[in-house]
Amino acid sequence: MDEPVITMRKVTAELGARPVLRGIDLTVGRGEVVALLGANGSGKSTAIRTIIGQVPVSGGTIELFGTPRRSFRNWARVGYVPQRTTAAGGVPATVTEIVSSGRLSRTRFGVFRRGDRDAVRRALELVGMADRARDPVDALSGGQHQRVLIARALAAGPELLIMDEPMAGVDLASQEVLAATLREQVAQGATVLLVLHELGPLEPLIDRAVVLRDGCVLHDGPPPKAVGQHALPGHDHVHPHAPAGTGPIRTGLLS
Amino acid sequence: MEFLNYAFMQRALVAAVLVGITAPAIGIYLVQRRQPLMGDGIGHVAMTGVGLGFLLNASPVWMATAVSALGSVLMELIRWYGRTRGDIALAMLFYGGMAGGVMFVNIAPGGSNANLTSYLFGSLSTVSPSDVDAITVLAAFVVLVTLGLRRQLFAVSLDEEFARVTGLPVRALNLLTAVTAAVTVTVAMRVVGLILVSALMVVPVAAAQQLTRSFAATFAIAVALGVTVAISGTITSFYQDVPPGATIVLLTIAAFAALTALATPLARRRARAAAAARPAGDPAECSIPATRAAGDGVGV
Repeated sequence: MDEPVITMRKVTAELGARPVLRGIDLTVGRGEVVALLGANGSGKSTAIRTIIGQVPVSGGTIELFGTPRRSFRNWARVGYVPQRTTAAGGVPATVTEIVSSGRLSRTRFGVFRRGDRDAVRRALELVGMADRARDPVDALSGGQHQRVLIARALAAGPELLIMDEPMAGVDLASQEVLAATLREQVAQGATVLLVLHELGPLEPLIDRAVVLRDGCVLHDGPPPKAVGQHALPGHDHVHPHAPAGTGPIRTGLLS
Repeated sequence: MEFLNYAFMQRALVAAVLVGITAPAIGIYLVQRRQPLMGDGIGHVAMTGVGLGFLLNASPVWMATAVSALGSVLMELIRWYGRTRGDIALAMLFYGGMAGGVMFVNIAPGGSNANLTSYLFGSLSTVSPSDVDAITVLAAFVVLVTLGLRRQLFAVSLDEEFARVTGLPVRALNLLTAVTAAVTVTVAMRVVGLILVSALMVVPVAAAQQLTRSFAATFAIAVALGVTVAISGTITSFYQDVPPGATIVLLTIAAFAALTALATPLARRRARAAAAARPAGDPAECSIPATRAAGDGVGV
């Protein structure tokens, strides 16, 4: 019996004095694709950030591949796509330069070899950006930025992909490329945990949905069956013609 | 080339070349992580080191290195833990550093603000042989870090969160960046001066960016530009009898202006070349505006 890839038990975390996670239990098994859903401020990004160690936990335990997170060192097994709208920093950089950072989990402080360069090229091919390898990232569209960030996560050949809203700010063409890339990774046995605002084009890939509200797990099970756009969890009906002061009418799992 | 006949000019030129290399080399990482003014803050803190050097009759260069390295570590710690009040704490550090320098110099026996001036604005004649030795050792350290760890520092200064997941020691690398910036400040202190140090860290990088599209090219051009303005500024300063720091910085800004003027026609030419390379009937992809920041407010 394989160990779960991610195990969170009774995890709590605070940002400042505000409790953001109030005892989260989450298990992701090998080969599973799990979507973390919930409204803004429900703690889904924070949950992911406790797993990678960006946000300190105040209680509970987190294990990666059966190892307590604090002593986990084999980061080449984990590919991470942070919640960013841009791959660019304050200095110009090419697509290849950005994606090459993804190999650092393998090269560490060692030399960047031909094999590493090949892996970077393969990762760019996976997201359909090989023809843009030498272009500066600030010339790319929002969707292409996201593809670069995903290529960076794939460059080390990870077994587990953790993605924080990979579809936000992404044009439709790129959404389809991303969905295809992810499908390929899943077919090869990758485990995926991703934060989503709505299921969207990834819906057919998702094995399980975990819905958070106010830092607690509200639902853990098969993804809700979508009946059109309005049935998606987290979908708020905002009526522009409603009287001022009326809150959005919430339907679906989050209400 | 008569300026080479003077020993003090030879020393000043060696120091200038080392400043020209090291300041943009570390500055590019500060620009990358969008903290271009960090060098300025360290420059202020270094003043306390200079003051202490006078007071304790120790080498101001080494004293400034020690104090500014300490100050830069403190700034990094404030960045981690301070979050909300970080800017206030940094302000304390900057102005405290400056006030400390003035205070220590003035209580030093026979000391006055005049002693500080050469450290604040740089000077050609005051670079002593022992300064050159110290500057050379420090510059070697800066080059080793900024070139040897370029991939790691690039990753950390671009995206800390991602760098953490590659297993890199992000905190250690951030501290190393801060200490290296502090060391660079003291390398630059004698020729360019503490007040103007930051300009040489930032402006050559900003100027190079006008032309470049990759990090590697930006690094190379920024350093080449840094060396060029440092040497020409030092020589101009010798012949015109003007302060070297100010001369070097004004030359750097002039270079920035010139490269910016060049950038627009260059961008147009590149766009035409790209359009020609694209097969007919394949329009350029439209970019979708970024909506994420407003879409999810779980900022950490």
